[in-house]
Amino acid sequence: MLSLHVIRQLRDFPLDVALSVRSGETLVLIGENGSGKSTVLNLVSGILTPDAGEITLGDRALFSDGQRIDIPAENRNIGHLFQSYALFPHMTVFENVAFGLRCRKVPKPEIARSVAEHLRAMNLSDLSGVNVGRLSGGQRQRVALARALILDPELLLLDEPLAAVDMRARGAMRTELRDQIRDAGIPCIVVTHALRDVLELADRLCLLEEGKVLADGTPEEVLGMKENGFIASFTGG
Amino acid sequence: MDLTRSLPEREVLLSGSRTRFWRAALALLISVLLVIFLLFVTLPVVSLFLRISPEAFFRSLAAPVVLDALSLSLVTATVSTAIVVLFGTPLALVNARRDYAGRELVDTLTDLPMVLPPAVAGLALLMAFGRRGVVGQYLDVFGIQIAFTTLAVVTAQVFVASPFYIRQARASFEAIDRLYEDAARTLGASPGTVALRITIPLAWGGLVSGAILSFARALGEFGATIMFAGNFQGRTQTMPLAIYTTMQGDMNAAISLSIILVVISFAVISAVKIVTRRRY
Repeated sequence: MLSLHVIRQLRDFPLDVALSVRSGETLVLIGENGSGKSTVLNLVSGILTPDAGEITLGDRALFSDGQRIDIPAENRNIGHLFQSYALFPHMTVFENVAFGLRCRKVPKPEIARSVAEHLRAMNLSDLSGVNVGRLSGGQRQRVALARALILDPELLLLDEPLAAVDMRARGAMRTELRDQIRDAGIPCIVVTHALRDVLELADRLCLLEEGKVLADGTPEEVLGMKENGFIASFTGG
Repeated sequence: MDLTRSLPEREVLLSGSRTRFWRAALALLISVLLVIFLLFVTLPVVSLFLRISPEAFFRSLAAPVVLDALSLSLVTATVSTAIVVLFGTPLALVNARRDYAGRELVDTLTDLPMVLPPAVAGLALLMAFGRRGVVGQYLDVFGIQIAFTTLAVVTAQVFVASPFYIRQARASFEAIDRLYEDAARTLGASPGTVALRITIPLAWGGLVSGAILSFARALGEFGATIMFAGNFQGRTQTMPLAIYTTMQGDMNAAISLSIILVVISFAVISAVKIVTRRRY
């Protein structure tokens, strides 16, 4: 269970968002560009620091201005997938997936075994020694997901996970992604611009506008708010 | 020319050939300017090779004054480059990534030796670390003397060569997308691990070329060295100082040393070109 209430002054408006996501639940965040969706993910994973608020994951407080708690990003154990995947360009597929385990000083044979297993599960075994610069969008997405999931994260944050994937491969990748999230059984927040992602991934849908939660409910409820301009164009387009 | 063509058409053809003439003239002019400039740059360097026979060159290489200068230069330039890299890398990384009060000032100060005339640098070092210098007078109490020793050669080289590395290192760090560092942190990398496994490897080409440039600048150092370290064969007489000294008596030795420096310079430029080729 993730629950958060974060406040941070952005350039054009204050961001003030309260959300909670249960284990095994996928919350999809939608909203205009610049409404603060990616910022919420960055605040949760610890890349950015809130001006005020609380973030709790399970029984751990990750951030609390009242109690002066601010767990650094590297100790939060959160899987954060970036829009461009941010695979390390100077490493092979294997090295990218092994990175987090190396940081945790896991013994070498254990790393080799675990990485091989995750690459197999993601159909990436053949690409183990390949430099990530030579991968397709879909392959990159799978490497990024493997790199995050191998660490058994307690929360998954996905920023436009399918935006850099080929149009043709997107349908299959979306189904694969949904299964991966289900299997992980942890809370998950997905930021997206695509209606199909909402329909296929969302247990709950949340609409953000200028840093505020405008609607939070089941996909049917939120997508039914046709009087909202964004929802009207989102469902119409 | 086809006389059956109508008049306007012939006009067009004529003006077309006129533009072609001017284009050719311009191309010729630019080629001539280019050749003159290339000659101006290469002729002096080539002259060094033309004014000495291979036998005389190799004979001079065995002269103690040449050997002493060569080994002293290579050792001091290597040591000073190592010092510059050791101190400059963290400084460049902090200035590229952290916003703190006074960062601009620190940047300006680290750049200063690059624009300072070498004679001024030499005098400034003497005023600081000389026997009666601001710091030197206290070191003297403990019997430590820097000025006019090999240590002074290294000090002068570090002083004048450091900006070449620090500037390049900072620019290379700034060119790296922070996203990689953010991603590494969410995967559990501490700031130190991020620097060692992500930032520095990604900036590697720039760091190496900065170190090479800094080495080349240290190797060529003349003004600050002669003022602060003096000109003692085997102790402080580096190659540029030896060239200046020997050209008053043994021109062959001076030319031989110069040829070695030309070869090194050429190798430096080639090395920088190779390592700065983008790999990703």
